Amino acid sequence: MPIIEILGLEKTYTTGLFRRQRKHALHAFSLEVYAGEVFGFLGPNGAGKSTTIKLLMGLAFPSSGSARILGMRIGDPQVRSQLGFLPEQPYFYDHLTARELLEYYAQLSGMEAKGRARRICEVLQRVGLDGAAETALRKFSKGMLQRVGLAQAILHNPRVLFLDEPMSGLDPLGRREIRLLIEELKAEGKTVFFSTHILADAEALCDRVAVLHAGRLRGVGAVCDLIGDAGRVELVWRGRNLVAMRPLLQETHISGELVRGVVLQAAQEQALEILRCASVPLVSLTPVRTSLEEYYLRQTKLEAQPQEVRA
Amino acid sequence: MTVLTIARSTFREAVRDRVLYSPAVFAVLMTGAAVLVGQVSIGIERLVVINLGLAATTFFGVIVAILVGIGLVAKEIQKRTLYTVLSRPVARWQFVAGKFVGLAGTLAINGGLMGLGLLAALRYVSPGFSGADVWVLVAVYFILLQLLMVCALALLFSTFSSPLLAGVFSFALFVLGNFAGELREAAQGGVGWTHHLAVGAAYLMPNFSAFSVAAGVAHGESIASLLIWHNSIYAVTYTGLVLCAAILAFEWRELQ
Repeated sequence: MPIIEILGLEKTYTTGLFRRQRKHALHAFSLEVYAGEVFGFLGPNGAGKSTTIKLLMGLAFPSSGSARILGMRIGDPQVRSQLGFLPEQPYFYDHLTARELLEYYAQLSGMEAKGRARRICEVLQRVGLDGAAETALRKFSKGMLQRVGLAQAILHNPRVLFLDEPMSGLDPLGRREIRLLIEELKAEGKTVFFSTHILADAEALCDRVAVLHAGRLRGVGAVCDLIGDAGRVELVWRGRNLVAMRPLLQETHISGELVRGVVLQAAQEQALEILRCASVPLVSLTPVRTSLEEYYLRQTKLEAQPQEVRA
Repeated sequence: MTVLTIARSTFREAVRDRVLYSPAVFAVLMTGAAVLVGQVSIGIERLVVINLGLAATTFFGVIVAILVGIGLVAKEIQKRTLYTVLSRPVARWQFVAGKFVGLAGTLAINGGLMGLGLLAALRYVSPGFSGADVWVLVAVYFILLQLLMVCALALLFSTFSSPLLAGVFSFALFVLGNFAGELREAAQGGVGWTHHLAVGAAYLMPNFSAFSVAAGVAHGESIASLLIWHNSIYAVTYTGLVLCAAILAFEWRELQ
């Protein structure tokens, strides 16, 4: 049984002075996320990722369609005790300290008083904020706020986590720590649904991804399937660039005494024969795989606007 | 339990935002006024201090009720602090009710401290406890009831408009509500459906004019127990209805 089940979910906003203009934030789409998966929701800014998450969290209402989480309808208070949510660019009550904020959320989540303080210490330590537990949030940096956001999301030990751009605002070290945290959560059996436009994170973490563009679902699948065989191989040899090789090469790059060339898989044997005849030592032969970035660009047709993609 | 948790948090936020500084400003004002009045007026010190004290309590109280009241929901939406609250097992009505209870507590403490400040100033200008002081306390109680209504109105407006508009609407209704008696009389003059419309609109306005007892109390007049009951029931009913409207508006509100 899927943990998250989206059935024809659609969101339309009315805009303009008399609310006569309709804007499709999300076109009807269906999707299933299974237990224990890390599911990446990819798309450029304004694609509808945050809107989808808000619909799933019951913060906005769908124009049509429905969704179920853990078999219960969205908005059911019972299901919400099983969910953790990190909004995009989170902002918290800045008059509170990190510990006070988590205490407040723990009470709202219905956590029992016994063991609450210990759990708060645990999660603060887990996100690397144990040294800032008594600091008012108004003094926190953007990265620290993101960490507090993650702490409140995992505080009540939820089964499903919705993380909206969790790496946003973090430095490389912070991003790595969050990646490790998500891997730990997966190892604990949690289902993680996270949105991002940082493809390297999605490729490193996700079991499956969905690509959303302009409110339309463009593709869903396992990362290993999407970044499949590209029908090309990469050869690296030591020595010079061979004239006989040139007609076969699609790409060439020379670095010191190493030559890297990409040829079609069909021309692989011919290329190897040329190297053998010239007695050039072969260093490596590797199949070229399509990257998630290439798949993403194909789906979103954004080749003309590469600034949207931060891989 | 959830309502109380949110109420406690709202109260703590108000305290840390230095909302309770207004009684301190009030205390300074009243001390200064009492000393000054004691020197410049003969025989009417008590009247001046009561009038000034009740007017200042109303002014500071309304400012606090509106400023904090409009922030209860509108600012939470604007700053998106609401997202992580409503993604938990918290119903929207619990959020609105908790916010209101928290602010009502803040206003009660605020108003209570100002009432004590007023009594202290009265002791300065007329030593010894007077039986008429009870009516001063009842007048402060009436102000607190008005603040509850203003707070509920600010909360209602903040569920569907920006903080600025919610503030303007709330203050406008406070001013209009002080002329509710006149509005109701004027509404009787219409004919046909305009009469019903005007009467309906006039009765929708909060009737703050019924709570204006400052002039009588300053002259040592007593307040009828019937009026105390009437105003208490009216304020609780009006506040309850406005809160229900706020909850309904918030239930339908999309968070974008």
